[in-house]
Amino acid sequence: MSVGERDPHTGHMTTGHEWGGIKELNTPVPKPVIWFLIGTFIFSLIYWVLMPAWPLGVTYTRGLLGLDQRDEVMVRVAEGQAARADWVKAIEEGSFDSIQDDEVLMDVVRGTGSSLFGDNCAVCHGLNGQGGPGFPSLAAGSWLWGGEPEDVWETIRVGINSDHPETRMSEMLAFGRDQILDRSTILDVVAYLQSLPGSDDPQTPLDPEAVARGEETFAMQCTACHGENGQGDPAMGAPDLTDDVWIYGGDRDSLYWSIYRGRKGHMPHWEERLSPVERKILTLYVLEIAKGRD
Amino acid sequence: MFKTHYRLERHSIALAIAIIVVASIGGIVEIAPLFTIDETVEEAPDMRVYTPLELAGRDIYMREGCYACHSQMIRTLQDEVERYGPFSLAVESQYDYPMLWGSKRTGPDLARVGGKYSDHWHVVHLNDPREVVSESVMPAYPWLLQNRLKTEKLDLHLRTLQKLGTPYTDEMIANAVADAQGQAAPNSDQASGVAERYGEDTNIRDFDGNPDRVTEMDALVAYLQILGRLTDAAYVAQAEPQPQPVEE
Amino acid sequence: MVAQLTRNERHIGLALAVFVSLLGLAMAAGGKQDLFGIHGLIVFAFGVGSAFLLISGFHLPEPSDERLTRYYDDPIKVGLILSMIWAVFGMFMGVWVAAQLAWPALNFDMAWTSFGRIRPVHTTGVIFGFGGNALIATSFHVMQRTSRARMPDQLSPWFVLIGYNLFCVLSVTGFPIGITQSKEYAEAEWYADLWLVVVWVTYLVLYLRTLARRQEPHIYVSNWYFLAFILVVAMLHIVNGLALPISLASAKSYTIYSGVQDAMVQWWYGHNTVAFFLTAGFLGMMYYYLPTRAGRPIYSYRLSIISFWGITFFYVWVGSHHLHYTALPHWVQTLGMTFSVMLLVPSWASAANALLTLNGAWHKVRTDATLRFMMVAAVFYGLSTFEGSFTAIRAVNSLSHYTDWTVAHVHAGALGWVALITFGSIYAAVPRLWKTGQMYSPRLVEVHFWLAVAGIFVYVFAMWNSGIIQGLMWRTYNENNALAYSFIESLVAMHPYYIARTFGGLLFLCGAVVGFYNLWKTIQLAPREQEVLRDQPAAVLARSSAVQPGE
Ligand code: HEC
Ligand code: HEC
Ligand code: HEC
Ligand code: HEM
Ligand code: HEM
Ligand SMILES: [Ca+2]
Ligand SMILES: [Ca+2]
Ligand SMILES: [Cu+2]
Repeated sequence: MSVGERDPHTGHMTTGHEWGGIKELNTPVPKPVIWFLIGTFIFSLIYWVLMPAWPLGVTYTRGLLGLDQRDEVMVRVAEGQAARADWVKAIEEGSFDSIQDDEVLMDVVRGTGSSLFGDNCAVCHGLNGQGGPGFPSLAAGSWLWGGEPEDVWETIRVGINSDHPETRMSEMLAFGRDQILDRSTILDVVAYLQSLPGSDDPQTPLDPEAVARGEETFAMQCTACHGENGQGDPAMGAPDLTDDVWIYGGDRDSLYWSIYRGRKGHMPHWEERLSPVERKILTLYVLEIAKGRD
Repeated sequence: MFKTHYRLERHSIALAIAIIVVASIGGIVEIAPLFTIDETVEEAPDMRVYTPLELAGRDIYMREGCYACHSQMIRTLQDEVERYGPFSLAVESQYDYPMLWGSKRTGPDLARVGGKYSDHWHVVHLNDPREVVSESVMPAYPWLLQNRLKTEKLDLHLRTLQKLGTPYTDEMIANAVADAQGQAAPNSDQASGVAERYGEDTNIRDFDGNPDRVTEMDALVAYLQILGRLTDAAYVAQAEPQPQPVEE
Repeated sequence: MVAQLTRNERHIGLALAVFVSLLGLAMAAGGKQDLFGIHGLIVFAFGVGSAFLLISGFHLPEPSDERLTRYYDDPIKVGLILSMIWAVFGMFMGVWVAAQLAWPALNFDMAWTSFGRIRPVHTTGVIFGFGGNALIATSFHVMQRTSRARMPDQLSPWFVLIGYNLFCVLSVTGFPIGITQSKEYAEAEWYADLWLVVVWVTYLVLYLRTLARRQEPHIYVSNWYFLAFILVVAMLHIVNGLALPISLASAKSYTIYSGVQDAMVQWWYGHNTVAFFLTAGFLGMMYYYLPTRAGRPIYSYRLSIISFWGITFFYVWVGSHHLHYTALPHWVQTLGMTFSVMLLVPSWASAANALLTLNGAWHKVRTDATLRFMMVAAVFYGLSTFEGSFTAIRAVNSLSHYTDWTVAHVHAGALGWVALITFGSIYAAVPRLWKTGQMYSPRLVEVHFWLAVAGIFVYVFAMWNSGIIQGLMWRTYNENNALAYSFIESLVAMHPYYIARTFGGLLFLCGAVVGFYNLWKTIQLAPREQEVLRDQPAAVLARSSAVQPGE
C-alpha cells in the first residue's frame, strides 16, 4: 500500500490516496462489527437448520422442526376453535329463547356479533344497523319477513333474491314501466301513501280527491301484497307502508319511483360463508340492535 | 482480503463484473427454484381462466389503482383466516399477469370478496362509497357507469396471455369480443357461448343494472364477483382444520 | 448549452432528436385509438423540442479546446434544478395523496386525480424524478472530481439526462390517464421501459468511459456505489420489466410472470430498488459530499469495503420479506428474513462510518445546516435500516405488513435518509458549481432544515401510531377468543393520524419550496461564464484532453 500520513485528530494513518480532496483513514474494522456479523450469521444458521430454508433443485430443506406456515396456521385456527368450544357448543345447542335468557351467552353474542356484523353486514346495513337508501334498517324493528328469530335466521341463511336455491324471493312490480298504471294514477297512489301516518313529506299539501282516488287504486293493485291497510305482509316480504320506516325513502320522488320501476332488493345468502353458529350469533345480534331502538 | 480489494478497485471492469456476480446470487437462488419445485404452485384441476369480460374488469382494477389500497392475499395468520376466509394459495393467482397481491390495506382484503355482496351493492359503492359506507375513504368512481367498455382489442389480450401460457383456446380468442358483450347481456344471442366456453358456473348477467349497455362498471363488477372463485382448491384444502384434542 | 457541443456532436444530437420525433410520430399515428397515441405526441414533442434547441445553436462557433481543461458541469447544473422541480412536484403529490385519505372528497371526483391513479405519480415523482435526477447529476459531479477527468464527450450526459426525464414524464403522465403495468415502483409501460434501457446503458457506458480516463489509480468508494447502482438497477429493471405488448400500437402489455413467481420477481425488484436506487446511489453521494463538507478523511477505508460488499451481497436476498405469510413458499421467506437480519451489519457499518467521519468536525455540524442535513440523514439511515431489519422478522412483519407502519418506515427512509442527504448534497454542490462560494441565504438553509426535521417527526410518529393501532386492531381477540374489531372500526381509528400526516408532509413540502427558492436565488448570484475560476490545475487536464471519443 502507498504511504499514508497520520491524521492528527484520530491518530490513525491514511491510505495515502486523495480524490479531489478526500482522504481515507486506514482504521481497522472495529471489533463490534465483526462480532455483530458473526452473531447474526449464527442466528441465521440456527434458523436455517430448524426451518424450511434452502432450495435444492426440485425440493428444499424442510428444517429439523418440520414446521410450515400452512400447518402452523391450521393449528392456530384449531386452537382458536378449541378456546371457543364452550360457548360455541352452548350457542349451537341452545334455542333462541334460552340463549336470549342467558346473560352470559348474550354478552358473547354482543361481543362477537359486533365484529362479525361490522365485517359482513355493515357495508349494506350500516355499522349500527341503521340501513341506507336501498338497504333496510335493522334497527327500526319493522321487519319485511317477520321479526321472530327463526325468520331472521332464515333470511340470513338463504338471503333475499340471492343465488341460493332456497332463497327468499320478493319483487315489487314495475307498475309504471310495465304500463299497468299511468303517471297520474301513480301520483294519486303516492298521495294516498303520503296521507298514511308514516309519510315524511309534510310540506306538500295533499289533494283529498287524489288521496281518495289513490286509495281506490291501492285497494285494487297493492293490497294483495301490502295487506288491507298497507301494513305489509311478512309472508312475501312486502314492507309495511304505514310506518315511518322506508327502504327507498318516503318522499314523493322515491315513492313514485318505487311504484314506477318496482323494487327488487338483493340480500346475499350466508350459508356458505358463515358457520351456523356465526349465523345464529348474527341473528341474535340483529335482534339486539332492533331492541336497542325502543 | 483488503489487499485483494486494493487491487480490484484499480480496475473498473473487474469491479463491475464483481458487482454483477455478487448481486446476482441471491436473486438466482430465490427465483429459479420457484419454477422448478413443483409444490410451489398447488394442483387445482377445477381452475378456470378469466372470461374476457372479467379480464377487462381486471384491467380497470389496475388502471384505477385499486391495488394501492386493497390486498388480494390472505396470509397464513389466524385472524386473517377468521376474518377473510381460507388463506390464499399460489394457484389462485396462477393466471394473474401480473399478480395483484398488494402491499397495503387501506381498505379490506378482496381475495374472497366474490359473491359476498350483490352486484347492486358494488355498483352503488363504486359509484359513491360514502352513500353506503359513511366512514369510507375510498374514492368514488362515477365514470365507470358512464364509460362504454372498450372490448375491441380483447382478442389481442387473450392471444398475448395464451402466448405466455394461459390455457385460452383459439375458439375463446376468436369469440373474445362477443363473449365479453354476451356475459353482461344474458338475454342476447351472444350470451350462450360464454357458459359453453367458460363453464356453467360463470356469472352471466347484467352487472351494472343497465341492460342496454355494457359499461366499465359491468366489467369491474364481473371481475370483483369472481375473486376467490376461480377454483375451490383453497376451500378443499382447508375445509376441516384438524380439531385439537380438547382436555376434558 | 448547445455552444458547448462540438459540430460532430450537434449532428449526432440532431439525428437523435429527429429519430425520437419520428418515433413519437409513429406512436401517435399507430396508437390513434389508444392512449398510446397520447404518449406518442409527448415523445414527438420531446424530440421536436430538442431538435429546435439544437438548431437554434447550430451555427454557433465550436467550443475551443480550452474547455477540455475544465470539468463539464452544465448537465449537472440542469440535473440539480430538475431534481428540485421534481422534489416540489412529487412531494406536492404526496401531500395531496395524504390529504385524500383524510378527506376523500379532495379528488374532486375526477378520474385522473383519484387516489389509486396519483399515488404512483407521487412515488415515481419522488423516487425517480427527484431521487433519480439528483443521483444522475451528483454522480456526474462526483465521478469527474474523484477521477480528475472530464467526461469523455458533451453529448451523452445530455442524452442520459434528457432521456431519463422523458422516461419520468411518460410515467407520471401515464398513470393519471390510465396507462400502468401496476407493478409497484415499475408501473411504466413496456415502451417507456425499453426507452429507459437505452438511456441506462448509455449512462453505464458514460460512467465506465469516465472511469477509464481517471488520473487516480484507485477508484473512490462513491464510484463503487454509483457503479453498483447503475449496474444492478439495469439488471432489476430488465428482468422485472420483461413483458409482451398486446400489439405494437398499444400501450397495454402483459408481464411475462404470473402469480407467485411474479410476486417474487416484483419484490426482488421492489426491494432492490430501495437497495440500489434509494440506498446505494445515495451512499455514493454521502461518501463524497459529507467528507468534503466536513473537511475530514473517511473514518475507515476498511469499513467502507465491508459495508459495500455486505450491502451488495445481502440486499439481493431480502426481497421476500415483503411476502411473509403469503402464498410464497415458506423457505423463501426464511431466506428473506435471515438475510435481512444480517444486512443490518453492513448498513449500520455505513452509517457509523459516516458519523465517525464527523469526529473532529462536530463544531461544524452545529453551525453548518448543510452538514447537519447530511449528519441527520446518516442517523435516519441507521434508524430506518434498523426498523427494516426488525420488521423483516416474520413475527414482527405479521403485525406491520399491510399497515401504515410500513409507510412510516418508508418515509423515515425516504424523507429522513434519501431527501435529507440529497438536500445536504445539493446545498454542498450548488455553490461549487455556480462558483458563488455559498448559498444565497444560509439562513434559509437553516429554515429548510428545521421544517424538514419537524415534518419528518410529525409524519413518522403519526404513521407509527396509526400502523401499530391498525395492526393490533386487526388481530385483537376479545375475552371470548373472537375477533374484537371489524375492519371499518380500524379505518375510523385512522382518521386523526391521516390528518396529522398530511400536516407533517406539508411542513416537509414547505421546506423543499424554501430550498428551491434559495437555489434559484443562488443561481442568479452566479458570476458570468468568463469570470469563472478554474477549479482544478490545468496541468492535470492537459494530459487527459488528448482522447475525446465522439469528437
Ligand atoms: C349486499 C348487501 C347486503 C349485505 C352484505 C347484507 N344484507 Fe341484509 N339485506 C340486504 C337487502 C337489500 C335487504 C332487503 C331485501 C329486500 O329489500 O327485499 C336485506 C335484508 C336483511 C334482513 C331482513 C330484514 C327484514 O326486514 O326482514 C336481515 C335480517 C338482514 N338483511 C340481515 C343481514 C345480516 C345479518 C347480514 C350479514 C351477515 C346482512 N344482512 C348482509 C342487503 C344486504
Ligand atoms: C307482487 C307483490 C307486490 C305488489 C302487487 C305491490 N308491492 Fe309494493 N312492494 C313489494 C315488495 C316485495 C316490496 C319490497 C321490495 C324490496 O325491498 O326489495 C315492495 C316495496 C314497496 C315500496 C317501497 C317501500 C320502502 O320501504 O321504500 C312501496 C312504496 C310500495 N311497495 C308500494 C306499492 C304500491 C303503491 C303498490 C300498488 C300500486 C304495490 N306496492 C304493489 C311487493 C308488492
Ligand atoms: C383510498 C383507498 C381506496 C381505493 C383507491 C380503493 N378502495 Fe375499495 N375500499 C377502501 C376502503 C377504506 C374500504 C372500506 C370501506 C368501504 O367499504 O367503503 C373499501 C372497500 C371496498 C370493497 C368492499 C370490501 C369489503 O369486503 O367490505 C370493495 C369491493 C372495494 N373497496 C373495491 C374497490 C375497487 C374495485 C377499487 C378500484 C376501482 C377500490 N376499491 C379502490 C379504500 C379504497
Ligand atoms: C411531502 C412529503 C411526502 C408526503 C406527504 C408523502 C405522502 C405519501 C402518502 C400519503 C403515501 C401513500 C401511503 C398509503 O398508501 O397509505 C406515500 C407513499 C410513498 N411515498 Fe411518500 N410522501 C412524501 C415524500 C416522499 C418522498 C420524499 C419519498 C421518496 C424519496 C416518498 C416515497 C414514497 C414511497 C416509496 C411510497 C410507497 C409506500 C408503500 O407502497 O408502502 N415519499 N407517500
Ligand atoms: C436494512 C435495511 C432495510 C430492511 C431490512 C428493510 C426492510 C423492509 C421491510 C421488512 C419492509 C416491509 C415489507 C412489508 O411488510 O410490506 C420494507 C418496506 C419498505 N422499505 Fe425498507 N428496509 C430497509 C431499509 C430501507 C431504506 C433505507 C429505505 C429508503 C427509502 C427503505 C424503503 C422501503 C420502502 C419504500 C418500502 C415499502 C415497500 C412497499 O410495500 O411498497 N427501506 N422494508
Ligand atoms: Ca407498497
Ligand atoms: Ca350493463
Ligand atoms: Cu424490502
